[in-house]
Amino acid sequence: MILNASGCLDALEAPEVARALDGFVTKTVTPQPREGNRPVRIAETDAGMLNSIGLENPGIDGLLSDKLPRLAELGVPLWVSVGGFAASDYAEICAALDVRAEVTTIELNLSCPNVDEAPESAAEIVAAARPETRKPLYAKLSPAATDLAETARAVQSAGADGLSLVNTMRGLALDEKTLQPLLGHELGGYSGPGLKPIALAAVYQCYRATGLPIIGMGGITSGRDALEFLAAGARAVALGTILFADPEAPGRVRRELAEELDARGLSGTEAATGLAHSRRPVHVA
Amino acid sequence: MRRRELLNVVANETVGAYALIRVERGGLDPGIPGQFFMLEAPGRVLPRPMSLCQAPRGELAFLLEAVGPGTRALAAMEPGDELHVFGPLGNGYRLDVGQPLLVGGGIGIAPLPYLSKQLGSPPAILGFRSDWHAEAAALVPNAEVVIEPTLVTEPLRDFATDCCKVLACGPEPMLEAVRELVADAQLAWEAPMACGYGACYGCSVEIDGVLQRLCVAGPVLEVA
Repeated sequence: MILNASGCLDALEAPEVARALDGFVTKTVTPQPREGNRPVRIAETDAGMLNSIGLENPGIDGLLSDKLPRLAELGVPLWVSVGGFAASDYAEICAALDVRAEVTTIELNLSCPNVDEAPESAAEIVAAARPETRKPLYAKLSPAATDLAETARAVQSAGADGLSLVNTMRGLALDEKTLQPLLGHELGGYSGPGLKPIALAAVYQCYRATGLPIIGMGGITSGRDALEFLAAGARAVALGTILFADPEAPGRVRRELAEELDARGLSGTEAATGLAHSRRPVHVA
Repeated sequence: MRRRELLNVVANETVGAYALIRVERGGLDPGIPGQFFMLEAPGRVLPRPMSLCQAPRGELAFLLEAVGPGTRALAAMEPGDELHVFGPLGNGYRLDVGQPLLVGGGIGIAPLPYLSKQLGSPPAILGFRSDWHAEAAALVPNAEVVIEPTLVTEPLRDFATDCCKVLACGPEPMLEAVRELVADAQLAWEAPMACGYGACYGCSVEIDGVLQRLCVAGPVLEVA
């Protein structure tokens, strides 16, 4: 299964790209509309890029009344990414999404590096959201957590059905000449190929710690990259930065992954999940 | 209709301070003047947005200034090198104007040669920071050229702007100055851009306090 990473595709502007995915993940929605951060919002770095979009979105009411019906017409399973500034924000949005048949899965964005975070822990937010919806809840975590495996276990205990790993990490880029921050918001979220080893480690650790279904993401540009995320423990992958450079990446990565699996005599993505743990089998309680 | 293709570089010509990269057209539509293409920059993570400068038969030509790692990589491309080109993207200039007057500043003249050709070589005012940069004025016929410290707004003031419709591209201070002189100018803006097709939300510019996603709403905007 190949998804987009939240915030890396506007399905209404590029429906052909969204239809090449197995599911479309919306940009994170918050209770109120947000204009996002002032420019400059993106900067390339040597092995990736920084963004400081700042959760620009129409708010939950705008999503429900305007965007969701149009997204449903794409015929692609819809995941809604949910954000907020307190656990109650997440709970409120999950309740509103629960009654919408167009939504298959909810992803809780617990780790946006570009806005103020909710004061509650990731597990407390999942615990607040859980009673509000019967839809599958994925927790999107930051690789910058001090003990990611522990955070993953805590969100699992709080009722998360799966993990999205990983979000961007905070980074800084300076202008070549002036040495001033390139981004208007100064710090941004780092993504792209440079994030891949960090994301792979997160998937590997959380697979061992929880056994939860994992959507792996962070610097995937090829079928080979996708295979590595599966081997580390992901059941599916999501494409982020590569979509900016190559809108045809979903189909290409899918073809390349099929070739990689075929070359190893693997019957499908399920057969590849967790292969990196074969020398040291996981005993999940 | 936008498409993405792997194309060959046909030529890399020096035009004063700038590079004119000519690539095979392949099956790409050159689009409307002011629209842009995402050019794969060798060795870089992100492609770079470039408006079309010229559309010779069977080719697409892009004028660029090597100012950072991406444009330096593009400016170093040689005939025979391959790159992915995606476009045309965004909204170009509205061409149904009575008496057009083109205004360009620096590398902002990039879309004007193609625009001038489509409009039948209307008068143009071009501003550059040096004689070396101003060599690119040869790409735009019927142009009055000013060199800093003279700014394009000086000759623009002398033009009967009441009867001309201004189509401009250049740095933000120039666009703001043009706006002050001319009410309904069509202005092509610029912003760092990761994708060019609405995916990244990175190319927002703030105009009169309102954020606009340039690749979707622009890059050519008509603002009062």
